[in-house]
Formats: sequence, structure tokens, C-alpha cells
Amino acid sequence: MGRSERMMNTNQTMETKEQRFEKEVKRVTPKHNVWKNMFHAFWMGGLFCLLGQYFINGYMSFGMDKDTAGKWNLLTLILISVLLTGLNQFGKLVKLGGAGAIVPITGFANSVAATAIEFKKEGWIFGLGCKIFTIAGPVILYGIVSSWGLGVIYWILKITGVV
Amino acid sequence: MDYIKAFLIGGLICAVVQIFMDKTKLMPGRIMVILVCLGALLGAVGVYQPFIDFAGAGASVPLLGFGNTLWKGVKEAVDKEGFIGIFSGGFTSSAVGISGALILGYLAALIFEPKMKE
Repeated sequence: MGRSERMMNTNQTMETKEQRFEKEVKRVTPKHNVWKNMFHAFWMGGLFCLLGQYFINGYMSFGMDKDTAGKWNLLTLILISVLLTGLNQFGKLVKLGGAGAIVPITGFANSVAATAIEFKKEGWIFGLGCKIFTIAGPVILYGIVSSWGLGVIYWILKITGVV
Repeated sequence: MDYIKAFLIGGLICAVVQIFMDKTKLMPGRIMVILVCLGALLGAVGVYQPFIDFAGAGASVPLLGFGNTLWKGVKEAVDKEGFIGIFSGGFTSSAVGISGALILGYLAALIFEPKMKE
């Protein structure tokens, strides 16, 4: 009887310890204000896309077709975010806008330029040369592999006459 | 009108991803990978291109559009060249995005110095 009581006591103290630990973790973890973050992501992401639309319309008014204008637009947005990265301004946009800066093509360009600039001091081949792909590498790899897999399915459906 | 659509829809995509980021605490790199793969998948099932036709840059500028571009390249190459197109299409269509980021990123590394630790 006495023994099981003692065990219960230890269990109880363990539980309260865990609870205290969880409370501490909750207190230390930075609080995300979901609505505020969402709002900033919305307007910043929206602005990047608006800017993109402006470039596409502009290039099309020079007589380019939609596809070519789209490519020029990508290149222009990439140039802008690379410049902002080089001037140390892009990090501020990410801090404020979160997904609003990361989700557009600007986030991809930033991940390339930021690692290139940061790791050049570790050498041009194995520093910059490798680290430039830190984030771009996975994105390119999985993009290529997933589109390849879908392509295989498409090819099979095509030769069997389904599509 | 296309400006309003681009702003609202592009913003909406980013806001939804922001919720996802806050809930899952996934790193930006993972988010980008997921978006590109999802974009390729949405392209393959035939929903993303109509979405781009509707929303313009609001759909093509987010990385989902990059995934769709990859898929579109593979599909066009398969239509044109058959089996080998599965291997050539992805890089062909995404060349501007990938080369653009790599080349401009490299040039930036020649020009700019890393930020000093304050």
C-alpha cells in the first residue's frame, strides 16, 4: 500500500515536471501572430505579383508574345531580388512579409544570391560553387524529378492511346 | 482588372502558405520544394494552366507557376520528341528561371560583400 502510494507520488511529480517543461517551452517559443503574418504575406506577395503583371503587360506592349513576356518578367523579378539581396534589403522583406517574399520567384532568386554572396569567402569552387545550391538544389532536383515522373505517366498514357 | 486579379490571387496564395508555415514550422527551403512539386502536379492534372490564364502573374509568379512551367516543358517535349522529351523538357522550359537566378546570383557575389556581423 505504502509502496504504491509512493509510486503515485513520483508519477505525479513527474507529470507536473512535464507540464512545467511544456509551459516553459511554450513561453520560450516565439509567438506567431497568425493573422498579422497572414496580412503581411498577403500584401507583399500580392505586390510582387502585381509588379510581375506590370512587367508582363509592359513587355507585351513591346510586341512580345505572352510566353516570351513571361520569361522576361521572371528575369526582371530575379534581377530585382538579387539586387535587393546584394544590398542587404531582402532579409528585411522576408522578416516582415514571410511567405509573401518567399513564395514568389523572388524567394528562389534570393536563396541563390544570398548563399553565393555569403559563401564566396570559403572559396569560389567548393564554397560558393557548392553552397549556391543549398536551397536551389533541392528545389531544382525535386522539381525536375517530379515533372519527370509526371512525364513518364503522360508518355505511357500517350503510347497506350489514353490521352 | 488584371492588376487586381494578380494582386488578390498572388496575395491569397502567399497568405495560405503563410498559415501553413506558421502551423508546421517548416523551413522556407522545404516550402519551396513542396510548392514546385505541387505546381507540377497541378499542371499535369490540367488545373494550373487555366488558373494562369485567369489570374496572370498572380498564378505564374509564385513558385507553383515554376512547377507548372517544368511540367509544361516536359509535356511539350514529349509531344514533340517522344520518350527522350521526358528528359529534356524540364530543364528547357525552366532554363530562364534557373540560369537567371544562378548567373545573376553569381554576378552579385562578384560585386557585393557579405554583410558584416554587427
